[in-house]
Amino acid sequence: MTRTRVTLEVNGVGREAWVAPSDLLVDVLHDGLGLGEVRYGCGEGVCGTCTVLLDGEPVSACLTLAVQAEGHAVTTLSALTGEGGSLHPLQEAFLRLGGSQCGFCTPGVILTAYALARRERAPSRAEIRYELVGNLCRCTGYTKILDAIESYLADGAP
Amino acid sequence: MVSVPFEYTRVVSYDEAVQALCDHDEDAKLLAGGQSLVPMLNLRLVRPTVLIDINAADTREPYLDSGRLVLPALTRHAQLLADPAVRWNAPLLSAAARYIGNVRVRNRGTLGGSLAHADPTGELSCAALALDASVVVRGPRGEREIAVADLFDGYLTTRLKQEDVITELRVPVGRPAPGARGWSFQEAARRASDFAVVAAAACVEVDPGRGAVRHARVGLAGVADRVIPAEPAAIGSIVGTVPTDAALADVARAAAEATSPETDVHASGAYRRRLVAVLTRRALAEAIGRAHETLAAA
Repeated sequence: MTRTRVTLEVNGVGREAWVAPSDLLVDVLHDGLGLGEVRYGCGEGVCGTCTVLLDGEPVSACLTLAVQAEGHAVTTLSALTGEGGSLHPLQEAFLRLGGSQCGFCTPGVILTAYALARRERAPSRAEIRYELVGNLCRCTGYTKILDAIESYLADGAP
Repeated sequence: MVSVPFEYTRVVSYDEAVQALCDHDEDAKLLAGGQSLVPMLNLRLVRPTVLIDINAADTREPYLDSGRLVLPALTRHAQLLADPAVRWNAPLLSAAARYIGNVRVRNRGTLGGSLAHADPTGELSCAALALDASVVVRGPRGEREIAVADLFDGYLTTRLKQEDVITELRVPVGRPAPGARGWSFQEAARRASDFAVVAAAACVEVDPGRGAVRHARVGLAGVADRVIPAEPAAIGSIVGTVPTDAALADVARAAAEATSPETDVHASGAYRRRLVAVLTRRALAEAIGRAHETLAAA
């Protein structure tokens, strides 16, 4: 099978990778580029652990071919953390309110919430819940996750 | 990589897509949003030799053209929710799109892909049926229009040929006669984001004055090997009347009795039929209620 060299814009940086047409974006980001926060979960677009932002909107990296991401801006969780690994205010809110336990789902949840906060100024709790339908958490339950996102929004979504 | 290996080609027009389909054998597949196709690849339920990516084939937004709302096949579900032209002219499609998958599916999934996938529980197929919509199909010998009611041929199967590409959905939205329209989408699913167990989409038109029903059409999902119209004889019996709740319940029960849904792991046939009665009644009541509100506001 032919491999082609693609240049992907990941977190604002051009990254080169050799990919087969059938390589999924999640595999290239996680295995190829070492971005551990993009996680293979269900492989069917249901669980949300491979969530990345494609041109600012959440997509499943397990349902996107790597070749399809060419020419689009890919954002993963590490784009949110600041210099020296300082946490983003949304991450701080999760830490403060116990919105993360084992952490496996957290990058996907945070990116989904981040995209919502950029799009809607003051979503209701029901709207946040609707937006997060596709991000499954098996540890905390969703109450603390919703509390953390609401707290971040209440602070003006910095 | 979990799928079988395949080649990948990108096209920038529908004509190129048709040509690419002609150039390859029947194991070539079109890739639009990929929200049904890629899971099937990952599970190895499909084993294509080549994927033809049509995401760059069309950049149009939904628009109005002589009393019809034209929705390019690559319209994403998220656009159905956000686009003012869709929300104003075909709110039933926006309501149906709310029930699809999750936010990531709605960001990538396309209207044309959803119709071509022909899932018998597909929300958009069900709504398009109630709206009396049709698809525009391009093939090697040019374009033709097919009513959504004639598009499906069974489970995950359409009547399209291997070389055909759906390019548009056209929804009649003209308001020729005085009166008002109403709509409703009702769905029962095991959990939010699951496939529908049963869904019902209703479209009605009422006369001015006392608001007698002039036209009523209901689409059903999850009760057969394709989306189907609810029994027209049953639904048609409310035309010319302002139906009471009891009359709607009778009509919905008759519509349910005309279906013979299968039993599967998600629900029994008997439960599905019961859902048809309940959801059809709710859909008609809400659609007629909306039409009456519009009349009252006019």
